[in-house]
Amino acid sequence: MEVLSILIPISLFLGAVGLVGFLYTVRSNQYEDPEGDARRILSDEWDDRPKP
Amino acid sequence: MNASARPGSAACPGCIATPAEPARPIPQDVQVALSLPGIHCQACISTVERALNACSGVHSARVNLTLKRALVQAGPEVRAADLIPVLEGAGFEAHELDPGALSATSNDRAGRDLLMRLAVAGFASMNVMLLSVSVWSGATDATRDMFHWISAAIALPAIAFSARPFFENAWSALRVRRLNMDVPIVLAILLALVTSLWETSLSGEHAYFDAALALTFFLLAGRYLDYRTRAAARSAAEELAALEVPRAIRLQDGSEREVAIADLAVGDLLLVRPGGRMPVDGEIVEGRSELDRSLLTGETLPVFAEPGQTVSAGEVNLTGPLTIRACAVGQDTSLHRMADLVAIAESGRSRYTSLADSAAKLYAPGVHILSALSFLGWLLYSGDLRTALNIAAAVLIITCPCALGLAVPAVTTAASGRLFRSGMLIKQATALERLAQVDTVVFDKTGTLTSGTPQLTNLAAHDRADLEVALALAEASAHPLSVALARAAREAGIRPARVTDITEVPGYGTKGQWQGQEARLGRAGWTGADQGDVTAAWLSIGGGAPTGFFYADALRPGAAEAVAGLQAAGKRVLLISGDTTGAVRGLGERLGITEWIAEALPRDKAHRVQALSDAGAKVLMVGDGLNDTAALAAAHVSISPASALDAARVASDIVLLGSDLSPIAEACGIARKATRRIRENFQIATVYNVIAVPLAVAGLATPLIAALAMSASSITVSLNALRLR
Repeated sequence: MEVLSILIPISLFLGAVGLVGFLYTVRSNQYEDPEGDARRILSDEWDDRPKP
Repeated sequence: MNASARPGSAACPGCIATPAEPARPIPQDVQVALSLPGIHCQACISTVERALNACSGVHSARVNLTLKRALVQAGPEVRAADLIPVLEGAGFEAHELDPGALSATSNDRAGRDLLMRLAVAGFASMNVMLLSVSVWSGATDATRDMFHWISAAIALPAIAFSARPFFENAWSALRVRRLNMDVPIVLAILLALVTSLWETSLSGEHAYFDAALALTFFLLAGRYLDYRTRAAARSAAEELAALEVPRAIRLQDGSEREVAIADLAVGDLLLVRPGGRMPVDGEIVEGRSELDRSLLTGETLPVFAEPGQTVSAGEVNLTGPLTIRACAVGQDTSLHRMADLVAIAESGRSRYTSLADSAAKLYAPGVHILSALSFLGWLLYSGDLRTALNIAAAVLIITCPCALGLAVPAVTTAASGRLFRSGMLIKQATALERLAQVDTVVFDKTGTLTSGTPQLTNLAAHDRADLEVALALAEASAHPLSVALARAAREAGIRPARVTDITEVPGYGTKGQWQGQEARLGRAGWTGADQGDVTAAWLSIGGGAPTGFFYADALRPGAAEAVAGLQAAGKRVLLISGDTTGAVRGLGERLGITEWIAEALPRDKAHRVQALSDAGAKVLMVGDGLNDTAALAAAHVSISPASALDAARVASDIVLLGSDLSPIAEACGIARKATRRIRENFQIATVYNVIAVPLAVAGLATPLIAALAMSASSITVSLNALRLR
């Protein structure tokens, strides 16, 4: 049962990483224009260098 | 770059509840917002952004495809009027939006807040649920205790954060000594936490941390769905409002200056160009023209305008430029005074109780009494406070309105999504339920059943020479009747005659020289004809007998289908208009509406709708004009087209986004189906309660049973709602 003392913290930590990642996407407005963002990747306009 | 660039971040999620940041106002440097209804793919995005960025003075432009908008940051000299032709050149329809009216700020913050709470509750409930699974599958002694303690350590902070909206709502209801849906929720969550903590500290077998968290999660999901529906409706409604950019041209020291309507003062001289709408009430000082009053009164016949005459805000100037002196601005204009009528009428409607509210009224006290009784019963029977409290908590958790919280929002989300796709926007939360009850439909005529553009009816009655002269004269004018005549004649293959010296006489018509004679096309009085009760323009050549061109209002697309569909569904259809008897009778006959009332004043319309309601009818009012506003507010539920005046759209519950009327009949069907689904959902939730509650009262409920009942009922309810799509 000693394995629990490792597994439980690890599982909680990984879950928390996911949660923090989600909160980051919400707070950085990544759900503002889901349709546009999905389409922009198809455009080859800034393929060679990033948009200034 | 992005117009809604990311604000500085708060350190912990808890700080979002009291945001230190003024979350995302449309930034000051965004000068221009454009609505682009035609964009649909990545090529459109690139083309629009490239076209806009190539304009001089534009710093950056970004397209939002979801909202079909472009936000442009530019120097102060750039105006939307300069950018629209650029986009039209690139092949995109563009309209200016008022950036001030697009307040994406407050509602967006609330949505993000709810989403974060939902995420935290979801994360915590998954973890606790996993720990609970091992308890259910046989963990004992110290292991079980450890799992319970870990669950407690996750559940307590997670609930403190994510259930905060429920705590706040419940507290505000309790403070005024009322019960709402949130009171049993909060009681169940708190009781579950307290008894579970107590049990855990005594190394007990049952802890309800997972149930408390799952409850919070499902209820937040319901709230979030509800919120999304309303936010989508609100943002589209804001866009409609933002489409009317309120500007006027003020004459100052001999020069013209464009100013916001809010800055106008009584006594200002304003220039209203042909085609422009009167920004304020006033008196004509200079110029002659004709006025289209159809939005205010429903009359289709243009009215002659000359100096000294008073005009009201909302009237449209047709032919010549007019200078007016403002005599009432802003809140004092006749447009705004109509709002009083609306307020009176609306007080009647707020009495409607939604299905959810009436369910809560039955439900909340019932649950409390049941739980209190089982507590007392077990306390008397066993004499053990711990057992009694445990059972009371189990009863509360199992009866908790998890499914009830999802029952209504899941259905309204599905139904309004479907209506939005067919071009209708639900503005009021209870509008769907009210729409389902409708048995009488009242239509306005001008601008609602008809598109407000005239159509020539007697082209064939004229000989070719007359038509050629009329066409030549009509093409020199932008008056709606001339435009209609020119279009009809061109379509019939008529070519304009050689008419020279064509001049437009504002307010009267156009005249010119044809084969040495003067030809006139215009008002009856000016050409020597008698004014009938049909909209008409008259042609006289060389002072001879005038010939009349008669017009009827063109039907809006889908008007006939909508009326037929509603009649087929067994609804009584009425037509009430402010227009003349002849015009209203004609339209009634064309659409098969036998009950019609003509020449109705705004007050008459509202009274008539009120009388119908008093007689027990549930009235749906469809109208667009200012004269309909009071009637729209007095009706049980109301619809207005997107082309309607601002005031009418505000007063109505549902806005038709396209120009097609046919979704109205379909919407009544969807609304009835949605209400039936809501009732079914309540029944499903009740069935689960009927099965699980006796177990809980008998003390047989375990956390496993609670979790199963809760999840199963929530999922069934959501699936049932999805059947609407």
